[in-house]
Amino acid sequence: MDLLYARAQMGLSLAFHIVFAAAGIALPLLMVLSDLKARRTGDADYEVLSRKLAKGTAILFAVGAVSGTVLSFELGLLWPAFMGTYGEVIGLPFALEGTAFFTEAVFLGIYLYGRERIPAGLHLFSGVMVALSGAASAFFVTLVNVFMNHPTGFTPTAGGPVDVDPVAAMFSPGWMHQTAHTLLACYQASAFAMAGIHAFVLLRHPGAAFHRKALSVALPLACVTALLQPLVGHQSAEHVAREQPMKLAAAEGLFETQRGVGLSLGGLPDVETGTTRYALEIPKALSLLAFSDPDAEVKGLKEFPRDEWPPVAKVHLAFQLMVGTGGAMALLAGVTLLLRWRRKAWPEGRRVLWGWLLCGPLGVVAMEAGWLVTEWGRQPWIVRGVMRTAEAVTPVQHLAAPFWTFTLVYLFLGAMVVFLLVRQVAGTLPGREPPEREVSHAH
Amino acid sequence: MPTELWLGGALVAAFVLYALFGGADFGGGVWDLLASGPRKAEQRALIAKALGPVWEVNHVWLILGVVLLFSGFPRAFAALSVALHVPLTLLLLGIVFRGTAFTFRTYDARGDKVQRRWGLVFSVASMLSPALLGMCVGAVVSGDIRVQGLAVVSGFFSAWLSPFALAVGALALCLFAFLAAVYLTAETREPGLQEDFRRRALGAGVAVFLAALGVLVLAREGAPRVWAGLTGSPFALALHAATAVSAVLAFGLLLARRFWPARVAAAAQVGLIVVGWAASQYPYLVVPDLTLQDTSASTATQRALLVALAV
Ligand code: HDD
Ligand code: HEM
Ligand code: HEM
Repeated sequence: MDLLYARAQMGLSLAFHIVFAAAGIALPLLMVLSDLKARRTGDADYEVLSRKLAKGTAILFAVGAVSGTVLSFELGLLWPAFMGTYGEVIGLPFALEGTAFFTEAVFLGIYLYGRERIPAGLHLFSGVMVALSGAASAFFVTLVNVFMNHPTGFTPTAGGPVDVDPVAAMFSPGWMHQTAHTLLACYQASAFAMAGIHAFVLLRHPGAAFHRKALSVALPLACVTALLQPLVGHQSAEHVAREQPMKLAAAEGLFETQRGVGLSLGGLPDVETGTTRYALEIPKALSLLAFSDPDAEVKGLKEFPRDEWPPVAKVHLAFQLMVGTGGAMALLAGVTLLLRWRRKAWPEGRRVLWGWLLCGPLGVVAMEAGWLVTEWGRQPWIVRGVMRTAEAVTPVQHLAAPFWTFTLVYLFLGAMVVFLLVRQVAGTLPGREPPEREVSHAH
Repeated sequence: MPTELWLGGALVAAFVLYALFGGADFGGGVWDLLASGPRKAEQRALIAKALGPVWEVNHVWLILGVVLLFSGFPRAFAALSVALHVPLTLLLLGIVFRGTAFTFRTYDARGDKVQRRWGLVFSVASMLSPALLGMCVGAVVSGDIRVQGLAVVSGFFSAWLSPFALAVGALALCLFAFLAAVYLTAETREPGLQEDFRRRALGAGVAVFLAALGVLVLAREGAPRVWAGLTGSPFALALHAATAVSAVLAFGLLLARRFWPARVAAAAQVGLIVVGWAASQYPYLVVPDLTLQDTSASTATQRALLVALAV
């Protein structure tokens, strides 16, 4: 029972953190892009936008920083045996993340408080540094997850790891796809969210010039990432097929080893009967996608010991959700770019705006689903093949208490952030004073 | 010098920096809560202005300390996070609320009720966090955390709720409040505000002295190892003499209204106290079962960490 609470608390903390992490990485880029646009066009609106984005970054960055602090303590509070044993193997990327974070915080301070006080060029430079170091810290921390999926750089013994090579551990196999996929996910999620917000305002106030400009800053990033992401995801899938066949089998809900396997869309895997029902199949597509050969053999779950199966249904659903939403976003991006190419301007028709509004939240959904795939797909291991999650959990009892406490805290903070950001956006509505509203407080 | 000593040194440096910068930020929150008199609003504004650009950077020193501990001395990190699970969790809550409340208050400047409530959350969290931090330190030096193999055998409560640990918590709180008040005197040119914080600094200085005395008295029973370390070696005695000198100096300079030099002296005092803590428990990371040497990671990892730090 305590193991479940520990996993739930870790998962919740990460799911919460990654939203703010993604914003902390992507908003600085968008802010610098609108600074550049302001310089190029001399249009003051872009500078206002950059200020708004900087304010948003400050709020989200602070929440990202504190939730990240919680995570680094939770690694020990919840999984002391994992950190006690493998901390030395995988500490290096964490230390480098700290360095990157330090750089990010310093330059964000300069950027936020220096707008009027330092030369414009230097100000822009500090914005660029914020964007770069944010990306660097995401890169390093994702390497930890790569290691947990495919540990290298040490020799396991009964007494713990020996012959530790921290640099090899940091670049465990698959690091390129996974870091690229995660970074893209962060940009994509934030750009889609931003586009969704401005599309929403434009649908209600079609004349709002400010929001049209804001949309034109978000759309390029959103379209490019949405089109690249399936390609990188495909690389990831090929890697998983080769190196972690059990995870692929779970993601696809495939129980029997077969040749020329089809790709299932939807469906509900049932581990009792060993079948996936209600799925639509595209013949031979899985073999083709995973091994570039329509007749390739794909291993099914029954190939592996039953007690090492991940939670099949959950992994399958999360994977479907990620790929489905990813496909929808790529489609919208393709259509938008086509229209932009034909009309030489970003499209503003109501139908396209509706598309962006509806797809706005999907980036975050896909990002969360993706993490669930990689985490659930790794179960029951915390470090695949060498340490089980159940061996790693803390001996401290009554983990329900911190779990519920942090759940409440996250709900409350999430609600507050939304409230504050709504206030920020409301301040830009045409001809309207920001609405004064009361929130109810939990104290 | 062996790599684990360098890493241990880096760990101490991280804690000193956290005390000097992060500690002062906590102290600022304490004075936000205790703001009073005719210049109440100005006091709060000054605190917010001083904290705004820096608190996130200052916070990094804590993360650095944690990361160094778990990658450089993984077994000690594991033992501490089991034995101190409860206070560390509470500390986390304090850190979460302090940071977010401060930011929400700053970036939502409307002066309405919402904003004032955030101010209250910010300052209460600023008081609880340093006290908990001090209690954890007290537990570590007291020798009440016992470890066998990889398992903690001393329970989850007694170590950090001992009278000695509570006294260290009180000392940490007073110390950070003192530091913040001294820093704030030099953050403004407005004589009224300077006087406000000068008076607060002097009061907090007296509180620091009393709390330190309490810790010392309780250490004899509650932390015999530290008591021996404090009073034993000539190096320790020299350290404590230096601490005493800077404390007296800080006080004198405050009385003479020399605010910038007072700031330096107060920082030296706090830094020396942290170094003194580390020196008195050397070579132990968790008194009395885990030392720097026997919890340290492999040499390759330690080298890589030191290189990463240098960058
Ligand atoms: C995909 C990106 C990503 C992922 C998977 C994680 N983080 Fe994170 N983290 C960031 C991206 C990020 C960031 C962009 O660098 C943040 C977010 C906003 C910010 O303040 O920096 C950050 C902040 C941040 C901080 C705050 C640093 C400070 O306040 O000094 C810590 C301690 C961590 N993270 C630790 C973790 C841990 C222990 C993780 C997993 C177990 C983790 N992060 C997952
Ligand atoms: C990159 C660094 C990461 C590390 C070191 C890490 C580590 C861990 C650990 C130790 C656990 C608990 C053991 C387990 O249940 O597997 C866990 C679970 C989990 N993590 Fe990750 N994780 C990372 C990134 C993420 C991110 C960014 C997310 C974002 C959503 C995430 C989502 C989850 C979820 C949902 C669980 C719970 C899964 C379950 O039900 O067990 N992880 N992670
Ligand atoms: C559309 C086609 C996509 C495919 C084929 C795909 C494929 C994959 C695969 C195979 C994994 C598991 C990697 C592993 O566990 O090692 C994964 C993970 C992940 N996906 Fe996707 N993905 C797609 C779209 C997306 C989109 C649109 C997003 C977010 C905006 C996203 C975000 C993530 C994240 C955050 C992870 C976890 C980190 C990682 O393992 O890289 N994916 N994806």
